[in-house]
This record gives sequence, structure tokens and C-alpha cells, in this order.
Amino acid sequence: MTGTGTEKGGGAGRPELLKISGVTKAYPGVIANSDVGFTVGEGEVHALLGENGAGKSTLVKMIYGLVRPDSGSMTFRGQPYQPAKPAEARRLGVAMVFQHFSLFEALNVAENVALGMESPPPMRELASRIRAVSEEYGLPLDPARMVGDLSAGERQRVEIIRCLLQDPKLLIMDEPTSVLTPQEVEILFKTLRQLSSEGTAILYISHKLEEIKALCDEATILRRGKVVGTCTPRERTAREMAELMVGTTLTPPERHPVDKGEVALGVSDLSVASPIPFGTSLKNVSFTVAKGEVLGIAGVAGNGQDELLLALSGELRVEPDRLRIASHAAGDLGPVERRKAGLVSAPEDRYGHAAAPDMSLIENAFLTGAIRRGLVNRGFIDWGKTRAFAEEVIAEYDVRTPGPEVAARALSGGNLQKFLMGRELNQSPSVIVINQPTWGVDAAAAAAIRQAILDRAAEGAAVVVISQDLDELLEVSDNFAVLNEGRLTKPVPVQGLTMDQIGLMMGGAHGMEVAHHAE
Amino acid sequence: MDFGGINPVILIAGLMATSVPILLAALGEAVVERSGVLNLGVEGMMIVGALGGFVVAVHTGSPFAGFLGGAVAGAALSLIFAALTQVFLANQVATGLALTLFGLGLSSLGGQGYNGIKPPHTVGLLPDALAKIPVAGPILFGHDWVVYFSILMTAATWYVLKFTRVGLIIRAVGENHDAAHALGYKVNRIRLLCIMFGGAMAGIGGAYISLVRVPQWVDGITAGAGWIALAIVVFASWRPWRVLAGAWLFGGISVLQLNLQAAGSAIPVEYLSMAPYLLTIVVLVIMSSGRGKASMGAPASLGQNFHAAR
Repeated sequence: MTGTGTEKGGGAGRPELLKISGVTKAYPGVIANSDVGFTVGEGEVHALLGENGAGKSTLVKMIYGLVRPDSGSMTFRGQPYQPAKPAEARRLGVAMVFQHFSLFEALNVAENVALGMESPPPMRELASRIRAVSEEYGLPLDPARMVGDLSAGERQRVEIIRCLLQDPKLLIMDEPTSVLTPQEVEILFKTLRQLSSEGTAILYISHKLEEIKALCDEATILRRGKVVGTCTPRERTAREMAELMVGTTLTPPERHPVDKGEVALGVSDLSVASPIPFGTSLKNVSFTVAKGEVLGIAGVAGNGQDELLLALSGELRVEPDRLRIASHAAGDLGPVERRKAGLVSAPEDRYGHAAAPDMSLIENAFLTGAIRRGLVNRGFIDWGKTRAFAEEVIAEYDVRTPGPEVAARALSGGNLQKFLMGRELNQSPSVIVINQPTWGVDAAAAAAIRQAILDRAAEGAAVVVISQDLDELLEVSDNFAVLNEGRLTKPVPVQGLTMDQIGLMMGGAHGMEVAHHAE
Repeated sequence: MDFGGINPVILIAGLMATSVPILLAALGEAVVERSGVLNLGVEGMMIVGALGGFVVAVHTGSPFAGFLGGAVAGAALSLIFAALTQVFLANQVATGLALTLFGLGLSSLGGQGYNGIKPPHTVGLLPDALAKIPVAGPILFGHDWVVYFSILMTAATWYVLKFTRVGLIIRAVGENHDAAHALGYKVNRIRLLCIMFGGAMAGIGGAYISLVRVPQWVDGITAGAGWIALAIVVFASWRPWRVLAGAWLFGGISVLQLNLQAAGSAIPVEYLSMAPYLLTIVVLVIMSSGRGKASMGAPASLGQNFHAAR
């Protein structure tokens, strides 16, 4: 960690490709970037590390021409560089793979690729070029398939190939591994290393410090819009980098061993058709969760996670006997009745599913907290109590917002997630179902959310955590299962489980003996 | 060649002409909705186009100038919608409904003094000799140029949406405006142009009613054609050739029921009058059912306003 200057040299004597110095960008009320500077060499894999709101997204948006800096200068390949729009950045050799994929589900692969190119060739020629590039980099992809039918890993390939077809000098990757299986991450890293050895520089944004250690040559660490340090990730521990990024000492979640109580949530032989277009139906899903137990459910996105959450939360009703809350049949109850019975749930999509984006935090607190927190008084909303509940969540979960009357949409993804998790966890539930509890949340907040989940479990709640973050599941779960094409593997204890075994469980067909549990 | 007093050749020739207004308006609306905008003001844009076209045609004596005037009037009215929804981010459904009410009122006001005037005649495109050929003549060659224009526009809309970059960008914007913005496309500008195209097409469709179908100025002349156009767009799954099929179906039943009325059918007039609306919707519902919602092809961002945050 070599100080906090605004400019740091590129690694290992590589020729300089991109140099940023003194870049500042302010929005009303918040300074996103203040005097930021760093250098990326040709073929270098450069990590950009920082918490939510540290200004990473704004910074890469400036490099990609989506946002203009207020002051400061950028040079690219020795020339002054200030792209007015993404098209100009692409023309100069900068390409970007987005965190939330910028893909169009109802269009096919080739059309999606064409949209990201300046002057795409005719479709037939483009299709053959897509095939050629996908083979060269070991990323198999059929140009004629609809993107809506692809898995998350395949969708990312579409984005990467879209970038590669333009022969970029700098490839920006924003949180690329959050939706991939360990095997897919390996394939991605192989591709990125190959690109790097061919001279393409990569600007890599991630929260996953182990990945940065494995992949990146240099790292620039941002905190609250400022560069707080640079380092060579291979020479640092993940813990050291995390602390530099957060600015405080991190404590991993603590587990209080509890005696497993009676079964709080039981699901038996649950099969439901998916109500979602391009969705996956659930097939014969069975599991039980005891009081105080955390069941982690892994799986690549699109294998039935959303459907499982809908079936557990009550949005999708099933036969009464298929789902039991504390041994009472509850399959035909709606979400409100299930909340009354003690089951709270938090879906993955924050803007529109978990929260009403245009409503205030107070109103959002009311929406699920009304019953269990007693926010209704003789048919009227008790606004005083509701506000107090919202403020309690904001304080306890360190939600950064000007106040509880702010619209949910105005919060950053990580902050809103903290609020939504707190809203559910502070309703003294007996069963908790969460899909992607810490998706896009920074390390410190993620640790706090995981700790809160474990605390509820210690108090006797049964918890189901659905997540695509394996490290997270291994950290919080007692038992572990995988959703694969709508089927759930038999839950196994986390202790003693190896990455290889998990990979086999996730691979489905390749791990028949694990994936297909006996009756 | 008559079946119960109905001549099939005249029926087919008639339906092609009858369906022109809704076909043009529906094609325009299909493009608007493909770009992710739901403009319920089609009826209002049609009737303002009908008046604009009528006034220009009467004063210039040129039907062509009239149709151009109709297009300009429709596009101008759609600009109000575009400004409210794309710049001020007003709710699209409410704005569209208001646009229809506004258009109806505006045309009623502006049309005072034009009652009872006869507009210049819109001539056939091809020589009369061709139209006199039995059977094929009236069906293929006997129409005015707007009928051919409407079929040409169906083909053009289909081709542009399916095969060109412009069409791909329009579909992309309607499918996922956030992604389109991230790739650097000007979502609101593209939508604004699509809305104006929709307005112009509705305007031409309206002008065809006042200049050819009726042809004179009457208050409320479009009589709900804009609403049928909207329904056809949805049931046609936003596809131009299906829009053509839906419009011709509606036109066909309209002509048929008029002929049945004239032939003194035993079916009460009220049932015959509602038949085009009822049957068109029933047929289109059957056509578009039985397939998943996704394959229906509704643009995923339809009706949602886009605002570039940060």
C-alpha cells in the first residue's frame, strides 16, 4: 500500500494505456469522485475496489462516456481522452460489460451483439464472426438463440463477445462473477487471462477479494469518492484489502451454536408451474428447516430461485399440505396470512418486487411490517409507529439516506437492500425466506446483514437463504442444497463440504449421484 | 356472381378501401408501441388529421396536399403527447386519454364552418381501363393511391422493424430502455420520433375518412376507429402483417354488414352494426391466445417512462 497520491504508476513497467488524474464529479448533495487518479498499463488487469457509493460506477461511466467529469483529465493511448458518448469510447477501443446485463431478452444473440457495435456487418456475417470469436476464447454461444432463454453465464458471454468483436484495448468489467457458478468463473478467468496476454487491459470491479487476488495485477482502492490506496493484490491478504476499503476493522459473522428445535418449515414434493415468462417450473421440491437452522440454497440464476421464493412467500399458492409452517398446512395461504403465521420473505428484485420504488421508506416499511409490527390501528395506519419502525431499521442497519421520507428509488441498491433486510428481520419472524440477501451490497454491510440473519437463527428462527454467492452460503448455512432446473438436491450439512462436491451438485447432469437424491 | 344480393368482388374491393384508416393508424401505433410507448390518443390524432386534411384539401384543391396536411396535423398533436410523456414524464395512459378528448374537442371547434362542403376528389392511381377488367380489375387496380400506400407502408414497416438497424434500435428501446441507454442510445429522442411517426400515420388515416370515405366534414367523424386501431395492434402481437389482416377483417365485416342491411337481412340492424367490432376482437383473441405471454411479443418496457438517473 503505497500512500494516497492522485497518480500511481502502472505495474511492472508496462507501457501506459489509460491515465486518469484529478478527476472530480459532483452530483447535487454528493461528491461521487474527488481528485481521483490512477494508471492502467497495456495488458494489465487492474482492480477497482470500493464499497457501495465509493464512486466506482461513476468513475467507469466517465471512462465509458456515459457521464462527463466536472474537472480533471484522462489520457488514453497518449491522447487526451474525453468521450462525449459511449459510441465514441467504443470507437477508441474502450468496451464495457455491465453489472446488470445490458441485454434485450426478446432479441436473439446476434441482434444483441449488433446493438453494441458501431457499424455492424450484415446479420449472417455477424453470426459467423460470433461463432469464430466464441470458439477462439472458449465461450460457446449460438448466435440465433433468444437471450431470454439463456442462463446468466451465457448472457455474460453475449456481453463479452459483443465487446471482443470490437477488438478493445481496454475492457471494463463491472462485478462480472456475481451470477456465475465456480466452473463458469474459471472459464471467465481463463478468457480474461488470454485477453490480458494478448495485450488487452482489463479494468475489473468486484467485491470478491479472493477473485481479485487470483486475477488482478494492480488494485486501486476507493473510499467515499477518493483514492485511499493502491496495492498489488497478490501480496496482500483479502482481509487487509477489505479493511483498507472499508476503513475499519472487519469481524466475520459469529455463530452461536443452538440446539435444533422442531421443524418450523416443511415443504414436501412441491411442484409448481412457473408464472414467469422464460421461467423454470419447480419439480418435486422437498426440504425441512428446523428452528434455529439456516438452510442455504445455491444454484445459478434462472434455475427456479424466483419460483421457489414465490411459492414460499405465498405469492404463488399451492396445495395446503405441500407447505407447512410449524406443522400447520399453509400451502393455500397468501402472503399476508403467511406473515401472520410468522413467515417473512424478501425477494431478489428490490425495485418493484421487494420495494415499491416510488413510495417513501416509511410507506415501504408499512407494506410488509403492518401486521407483525401492529402498525394498523382500527383500520387506520398508525403513521407515528410506522415512522418509528422505519427509523429503527435505518439506524440499526446503517442505511444511508437523508431521512425516512425519501423515495425507495432514490437509495443506492446496497442501501435499499440493507433497509429491506432490516424491515423483514426486525419483525420477530419464526421463518425467514430470503433471495440474494447481499447482492450488490458492500463487504461491511454484507457482514452486518449476515450477522443479523445468524442472530435471528440463534433466537430460534428457521431461515432459508437462496443465494448465488457460494462463500456467503458456506458462511451462514448449517445445511446446503442446490436448485438445478427446478429440482432441489437433498440438503447436506455444510461441514466438510468441498468446492468440488458443490460444483458437482450445481453441474446437475454431471453429478447424477448427488443431484438426484433417492426418494 | 351474387350471393343473396352480395357481390364478392365488390365486397373485397370495398373492404380494402374501408380498412385504410384503421390500418394506417394501427401501423403507426404498432411502431410507437414497439418503441415502448403506449399512446392511447390515436382517436384524437385521427380526428385532428381528418380535419387538418379536409381544411388543407378544400383550400388548396389538392387531395395530396390534404393528406400531407392530415399527417402534419396528426404529428403536431402527437408532439403534445411526446412533450408531456418524454420530457415531463407524465403518465402515458392518462396523457393519451386526455389527448383523445382534446383532439375531439379541438376538431369540433376548428371544423365549424366546414359542414356541407365537398372536398376535391381523390383519383384512382391506375388508368380506368385496367379497373374494368372483370374480377381482378376492381380488386387489384381500381383503388385510389392511398390504398396502395397503406399496403406499401405495411411492407415497409415490417421490413424496417425486422431487417434494418433503425428497426433493431426501436425494438431494443421498447424492450429494455435501461440497457439501450447504457449502450448509448438516446431513448427519449428515439421514442419522440416514433410518436411523431404514429401521429402522422393516424393523421393520414383520419384524412382518408374525411376526404374519401365520407367525404365531407362531420363532427366526430372518426367514430371510434382509433380505438379499433389500438385493439388491433395488441391482438396482432405488434406485427405489421397481422395488423393488415386484422384491419382487413374489420373492414370486411363492416362492408358485409352494410350489404346485409341493404339486402334486407333478417338479422336485426343492431346486431349487424356491432358485428365488425365483436368479430374482429373474437378472431384476434383466438389468434393471439394459446401461446405464452412472452411469445406474444409485448415490448417489455411498454408504457414505462424512461428517465436517465445519473
